[in-house]
Amino acid sequence: MSERGSIIYLEGVTVDYDGFKALNNLNFIVNYNELRVVIGPNGAGKTTLLDVICGKTKPASGRVIFGKDTELIGKREDEIVKLGIGRKFQAPSIYANLTVWENLDLSVKRVSKGVLHTMLKTSTHEEQARIGETLEVIGLKDYAPTRAGSLSHGQKQWLEIGMVILQDPSLLLVDEPVAGMTDRETEQTGILLQSLAAKHAIVVIEHDMEFVRQIARIVTVLHEGTVICEGPVEKVQADARVREIYLGRQKVAHA
Amino acid sequence: MTENHDIQPHAQRDVGLAFWVTGFVLLILMPLLNVIPPEDSWLHLSDFSLNRFGKFLAFAILAIGLDLIWGYTGILSLGQGVFFGLGAYCMGMHLMLTIGKESVYGSELPDFMVWNQVKELPFFWKPFYSFPLALFGAILVPTLFALVFGFLAFRSRIKGVYFAIITQALALVAWLVFNRNETNLGGTNGLTDFKQLLGFRLSEPGTQRALYVVTVLCLGGAYLLCRWIIRSRAGKVLIAVRDSEQRVVFSGYTPANYKLFVFVTAAALAGLAGMLYVPQVGIITPAQIGVLPSLEMVIWVAVGGRGTLAGAVLGAVSVNLGRSVLTNYFPELWPFILGGLFVAVVLLFPDGLIGILRNLKEQVRVRKPVVVAEGETLT
Repeated sequence: MSERGSIIYLEGVTVDYDGFKALNNLNFIVNYNELRVVIGPNGAGKTTLLDVICGKTKPASGRVIFGKDTELIGKREDEIVKLGIGRKFQAPSIYANLTVWENLDLSVKRVSKGVLHTMLKTSTHEEQARIGETLEVIGLKDYAPTRAGSLSHGQKQWLEIGMVILQDPSLLLVDEPVAGMTDRETEQTGILLQSLAAKHAIVVIEHDMEFVRQIARIVTVLHEGTVICEGPVEKVQADARVREIYLGRQKVAHA
Repeated sequence: MTENHDIQPHAQRDVGLAFWVTGFVLLILMPLLNVIPPEDSWLHLSDFSLNRFGKFLAFAILAIGLDLIWGYTGILSLGQGVFFGLGAYCMGMHLMLTIGKESVYGSELPDFMVWNQVKELPFFWKPFYSFPLALFGAILVPTLFALVFGFLAFRSRIKGVYFAIITQALALVAWLVFNRNETNLGGTNGLTDFKQLLGFRLSEPGTQRALYVVTVLCLGGAYLLCRWIIRSRAGKVLIAVRDSEQRVVFSGYTPANYKLFVFVTAAALAGLAGMLYVPQVGIITPAQIGVLPSLEMVIWVAVGGRGTLAGAVLGAVSVNLGRSVLTNYFPELWPFILGGLFVAVVLLFPDGLIGILRNLKEQVRVRKPVVVAEGETLT
């Protein structure tokens, strides 16, 4: 039943927090090599959507299909990671007491992440080359030996994106990457995500409409746990219901 | 691709000068000072002092393990005394059985059993006739116990203060069980009055000196083992678990397995420490393995500086040395001093003695021009 060609397929997903429906019969499809932006007011269910995909939250009903026919509901978080879904959290979640290099090294996709394997195996030249490449992509080439905790906020966000890339995911979930960034950092993040979209499917949750316009091809608008509008930025901005729920409160989408 | 791997920071692989100096002092200098200078010389180290130091070094082995789990992985265990006790009692049981007919009542059975009118040696005592089995048991029993306990706790995702509380409860339970006469482990009085080990009299200074040397070697081995663990990638995962467990999960690791590994390693080291402690101190009682001793062990590591192996060793030795000296002069005040020390360390010197030493070193270095490595940020 899953739609061919989609990397992630959600059908009729409902998440119920004691009567409050964070997601309400949600349908959501993202195709391979797509960069999708999800917007919506606070409490619309954006983060819950990512939580369901990566196994952090179990939905009360519905189906979540990854790739051709892998059902994700009921799988553990680390199993889902191994299937190829990477997640970047809203607040930078990095290892503050390790160096940038070590942060990336721990994140590299490996045959086994068990205790013994991790203890005995050192990284191969190929892995080191990949880490070096990633350092360049995320603009932290000069910071390899720096303690990650002493990076700036923006650099931490990029580091975490780099860590997720090194897991070699086919689907990347990115939660509000530019919150708290300077304009310049925001722009660089946009360029980074767009360059990644060539190799990975990406779902980005974002508030910052300026940023959404910079990166988005297709935008999905969530409201009260369901999709109310989906399409190119211009179409979404013109949509009357979106204007009502969104613009009624703030000038977010003023063009 | 250019030579990108060159930017990987290479950790210093060889052990430092401090390790060799400490090793020389502990392993060679101190026993020599005990043997060579005449007893009235100011250079002479008394049998009592050497033996006492051996006890501190046994504690240091435990502290290294505790540092691994608390300092590196961020899991506070308030039950290390239990694992220490299991190791100690395994050794103690062997020592009790080697007393044989030399005991007060002249029976093959340990004195307390005669006293409690136990007619036959309980089945679980029998393997401890064998010295190799006793050594093996002193490590294996705490290891297996930690494996089962840790498996259940970490599977249920018990963490933080809840883990601290249930390990403290474990210490209380162990104390209650070992105190009971029905447990057949000597009750409140524990196991004592040992005479010999492998035919060597424990009262002989030579035997004690040998035990001291064995303890130093075990400490060195434990240090190198833990150093190797924390420098491996798995060691980085331990720090990562402390910093951001969620990220560790989403990088494809199962933190519960890493926690279990480190908890079991710490328990094995605690067992080893208990095993070395008993023949040197000559007694093991429930009072040495309960809630309070377990808490004190945490204080050793905090005072020395958690998150550094040398700090754990330094803390265990200095707090116990402090206790030995101060209880001579102000026996009633010791609990207050210990408590005050803990509060002072937490509030003023979160990095402990090692942190203070590092600061001093920094201050000396600041006088010289500072060279900032390329790519290093100054924040």
